[in-house]
Amino acid sequence: MNSKVWKYGKDVNTDVILPGRYLDSYEPDYLASHAMEDLDKEFSKGVKPGDIVVADSNFGCGSSREQAASCLRYCGVQAVVAKSFARLFYRNAINQGITVIESPECVDALNHGDEVDFNLPDGIIKNLTTGKEMKFRPLPEFVMEIINSGGLVNHLKQKLQND
Amino acid sequence: MGYTIAEKILMRASGSTHVEPGEIVNARVDIAMSHDNAALVSKIFKEIGVENVWDSDRIIIPIDHRVPANNIKVAEGHKKIREFARGQNIKHFYDVREGVCHQIMPEFGHVMPGELIAGTDSHTTTYGALGAFSTGIGATEMAAVWATGELWLKVPETYKIKLTGSLKNQVFSKDIILHICGQLTAEGANYKAIEYYGPAIDELSVGARLTITNMSMEMGAKAAIIAPDEKVFNYLKGRTDKDYKVVTADPDARYAKEFEFDVSKIGPKVACPHAVDNVKDVGEVAGTKLHQAVLGSCTNGRIEDLKAGARMLDGNEIHKDVRLIVAPASRQVYLEAMEEGILQKFVKAGGMVINPGCGPCLGAHEGILAAGENCIASTNRNFQGRMGSTEAGIYLASPATVVASAVKGEITDPRRFSHEQ
Ligand code: SF4
Repeated sequence: MNSKVWKYGKDVNTDVILPGRYLDSYEPDYLASHAMEDLDKEFSKGVKPGDIVVADSNFGCGSSREQAASCLRYCGVQAVVAKSFARLFYRNAINQGITVIESPECVDALNHGDEVDFNLPDGIIKNLTTGKEMKFRPLPEFVMEIINSGGLVNHLKQKLQND
Repeated sequence: MGYTIAEKILMRASGSTHVEPGEIVNARVDIAMSHDNAALVSKIFKEIGVENVWDSDRIIIPIDHRVPANNIKVAEGHKKIREFARGQNIKHFYDVREGVCHQIMPEFGHVMPGELIAGTDSHTTTYGALGAFSTGIGATEMAAVWATGELWLKVPETYKIKLTGSLKNQVFSKDIILHICGQLTAEGANYKAIEYYGPAIDELSVGARLTITNMSMEMGAKAAIIAPDEKVFNYLKGRTDKDYKVVTADPDARYAKEFEFDVSKIGPKVACPHAVDNVKDVGEVAGTKLHQAVLGSCTNGRIEDLKAGARMLDGNEIHKDVRLIVAPASRQVYLEAMEEGILQKFVKAGGMVINPGCGPCLGAHEGILAAGENCIASTNRNFQGRMGSTEAGIYLASPATVVASAVKGEITDPRRFSHEQ
């Protein structure tokens, strides 16, 4: 499945990913419809399941609100690829089931609107628009388990059922 | 190859024989702290579907942020926490009367050297002053900790900060950490563990050290650790009878970066609106008109902070245009300050002493700022809008600078002030 790239700059903070005024509800559609609203009004209208967000350094800085990660998940965002992440966003994203890739090389080789083939298990992103192929360090198995279960809560539920 | 304190604690907690920065480990948590957001954590905990928490003795819940409850929604949240704590037999539940989480955690002996502590609050880094690896986590992962006692963590790189020299008159650990924040910047230690060493750290009291590890979070630090010494061991006496194992760094430990600051060169500092790293010498902003002053919070609400503030008072009245709010960090601090006549001094001078807790620090109640107002506070964050209106300005400073300024009605150098008396 091809994904589209939504690319942004550095220091994208949790207030623009999900503005504080929308913290009054946990409803998925509501959160999804306001994702990135203060940065890019087109985002929530145009984003398709499987798309990826690409950003410069310090993505997700600011507050510890988990909704900043979950709103992206509810939009169907498959992964966020950034040069670096703010610590709490990085954790929250994984716990909400979002793939987070730290790779300056990948970021530099991707442009807004590019079509890509995102191959997580092998750690390869193929930029179909430019033809360039990049490798990234795959996430540890343990983290992949959480992401594949759709987040930490689901992961624990499944684990408890199997035990 | 040697290890830092942070690496050693994570190694022990994850049962590994070797760890490397960047590696993700699954660790067993020794202590888990949640405050008012325990209401949200307990909701997620129920979703997981486990019946009982992993260890009711290791979960600490103080209610401190909006206390007593300031609206119905908050009151409902507090009620849920009480019910949860009772239902799960949480042994260390501290209701609204007790004080700020980061003060009562060490005060009640829940922080010990060498332990791994997780808290659903960013300033959980505070406990590193006693030699623990303690860090802030999100509500979902805390629910998972409550269920399993385990937490995944990326092993951070460690920065070493050495502090030399000794503090000048009217200069405090708050001024040191403000200076460091200004130098390293607000994201200067993102993901990193910081370890503090040096004669200037050794000289500081445990309380003054807590200020440093508390505010290290403002540089993005994941943990901030001071190797425990006699002062810490004495502090722990009578607070805990549990065994603990002191962890120190190997002589050949690897630090990603090293910094050194001579504290005798540091004067009173002020972090100006709207960023913690917008740090200036007090002289540069002296004269800025004030409307409110706050003495309290987990950063500087301890007995020595109230004392340092009260020393600026003697015989002086709080300026008529300034509202001075004093919030002792805990009930114990409150009592001690009362017994020593310090609270009386503040009230006599025209200050308002409020109940122990977070108070106005987070802008929820007990002292909200209007547009165009300026506040000087001994707290740790001056983000735009933090204490109310986004058009208000917050200046962060030491307790002495806060009270000296409250008396003058404008930002004032506490050194100049003490000479004038
Ligand atoms: S006093 Fe302020 S910084 Fe400390 S825990 Fe409370 S709200 Fe947070």
